[in-house]
Amino acid sequence: MKKHKIGLFVPCYIDMFYPQVGIATLELLEKLGQDVVYPPKQTCCGQPLANSGSEQEALATYRNFVCNFRGFDYIVTPSGSCACHVRHHYAILEQTEDVKKVRETTCELCEFLTDILQIDDLKIRFPHKVGIHNSCHGLRGLGLASASELIQPRYSKLRRLLEKAEGIELVELDRNDECCGFGGTFSIFEPDVSVKMGKDRIDDHERNGVEIITAADMSCLMHLEGIIRRQKKTIQVKHIAEILNCNSL
Amino acid sequence: MTTHARRARQFLANKSRADWHDRTLWFVRQKRDRIAATVPEWENLREQASRIKKEALANLDVYLEQLETEAIRNGVRVLWAKDAGAFNRIVLDIIRQHGAKNIVKSKSMLTEECGLNRFLHSKGIEVVDTDLGERIIQFRQEMPSHIVLPAIHLKKEEIGETFHEKLGTEKGASDPSYLTQAARRHLREKFLAADMALTGVNFAVAETGTVVVCTNEGNADMGVHAAPVQVHCMGIEKIIPKQEDLGIFTRLLARNATGQAVTTYTSHYRKPKPGGAMYIVIVDNGRSKYLGHPKYNDSLKCIRCGGCLNTCPVYRRSGGHSYGYVIPGPIGSILAPQKDVQKYRDLPFASSLCGSCSNVCPVKIAIHEQLYFWRQDLTRQKRTSFIKRFSMKATGFFLSENTRYNFIGIMARWAIRYVPRGLLYLPFNVWGRGRELPAPPAQSFKQWYRRRVKS
Repeated sequence: MKKHKIGLFVPCYIDMFYPQVGIATLELLEKLGQDVVYPPKQTCCGQPLANSGSEQEALATYRNFVCNFRGFDYIVTPSGSCACHVRHHYAILEQTEDVKKVRETTCELCEFLTDILQIDDLKIRFPHKVGIHNSCHGLRGLGLASASELIQPRYSKLRRLLEKAEGIELVELDRNDECCGFGGTFSIFEPDVSVKMGKDRIDDHERNGVEIITAADMSCLMHLEGIIRRQKKTIQVKHIAEILNCNSL
Repeated sequence: MTTHARRARQFLANKSRADWHDRTLWFVRQKRDRIAATVPEWENLREQASRIKKEALANLDVYLEQLETEAIRNGVRVLWAKDAGAFNRIVLDIIRQHGAKNIVKSKSMLTEECGLNRFLHSKGIEVVDTDLGERIIQFRQEMPSHIVLPAIHLKKEEIGETFHEKLGTEKGASDPSYLTQAARRHLREKFLAADMALTGVNFAVAETGTVVVCTNEGNADMGVHAAPVQVHCMGIEKIIPKQEDLGIFTRLLARNATGQAVTTYTSHYRKPKPGGAMYIVIVDNGRSKYLGHPKYNDSLKCIRCGGCLNTCPVYRRSGGHSYGYVIPGPIGSILAPQKDVQKYRDLPFASSLCGSCSNVCPVKIAIHEQLYFWRQDLTRQKRTSFIKRFSMKATGFFLSENTRYNFIGIMARWAIRYVPRGLLYLPFNVWGRGRELPAPPAQSFKQWYRRRVKS
């Protein structure tokens, strides 16, 4: 396997609240022989501000990102949403060589594994009933899977990575790719609709016998976990990096 | 809380109704998926439809005049309205000229947008809406809650009550076919007595001067065929250049709207009937203002199929009336601020930006991107709340630099760990209304990594 020089981007909410996801991503990439560096002065991609309409206030954060992540072969992050933001919305920055390179080489973890490293069998064992939550920006913005609205051949990079795990049962849902209702500050400014959307997603997973909901975005899972814990349900959430990095065979 | 968020909360207060609304529209979305999948060239059709609309909009001046020329050649009278007021007066003039007393109208979002019924009512003229859903909400004096399924917010029992009151159906009767028969008898009388028929327009073909109206109930035809005078009302963006373009749109429209292969009736109106009169009223009402706008002009491609409403997880869970604009849902949220940016400033935020709308759109309007652009413009124009702008500025300050960013993380973890629950979950913690905050880890990833490098 080719060795790439990788800048690891750990999104702000993962760094602050879900370090285990960052750790799993780092360990997994190292296990696969990659040269991984975590630029220590990184912060956030700026998406929370921009999606709230404050793109101008996010410019300094964008610049900090580019400054920290220039000079890598690839920038890998366990978040489809953040990768999508860097790729699409850094278009408002002056398109210097650094900015262009950063935009082109920022990858979400699963697509890095399947498209760049071209692996899908990570030799893992995960004997659980797992439901995949297709996070919107990874799905429709990065094409991590075929979107149900489009008439195109069906595929899913997450499924490809998970289905080879020994003992895993990937559960079919009633609504394969409906939004969980997180939506960044949407979750704050439209709390009732946001929570209702989350509850409906959880119901779908529960109804179909899922034990663990997984996704390529921890933000969706943070929202869903918040509802699950409030309602004292037993269903769990786990970022896909944690599953892919689990007990290797 | 924004107006939309407040109305959405009211809508969701009735859980079983909200769930029913969501399920009903999701069913329509699934029907759409199934029938779209039977057309292998679906994505290609969307691309072509988008291209044709784009080209038509880019040369709208030419095509509108061509439509006028061809229509006049066919014996049609063509009238132009700059805004809603002018449009309403033009229709009133036509009514007065012909001394029309009994006016029937098939579905037209444009006349809703211009408030035609209300205007004519103030002049002592009553218009009967003949689309079943429209008639129901007209009886109840409500706004449509969906552009294709105007009464989708109502259950059959409520319609039964309304019909009992207005049409004298049996009290408590809610059998759909019984109610439909009653509406049919009622509307037949109106059609037979009609001396003027108003319709909306789905497509206006520049090359032939024809207007095309798609209905499932045949109510546009019933009106047009029965009444000597027919008036077709269209927004300037309804133009398609050629007759051969039409097939692309009719293949997309009904499939995407309701999951049917084609609407039951696709009527082409070309010339007045012998002894009758035919009018086409072409309305701008603010559209041309955005025609040259590099970001927002794409929204004018819309063919009003309602597909984005059906797929929108927010629309399905907040109902059409929560938007407060005549066109609700994702497409409404980008059209409404074009009409009145201050009044509808919260609508671009009534979305999780999931992007399903853009994928469903048969003419490939990147709706969620337009919502994103509107958010930026609304902030720049200081139309969002001061608190929101201030908190975003502050967040930007903390997120843009490492030390400040780390400080925020430490504070957040500390607060969740040590602030008493009663205080932490006070009402200002909007997140905490239906959700727990994340359990704070002992250290951040950054702290963990620093230790790992050292050891």
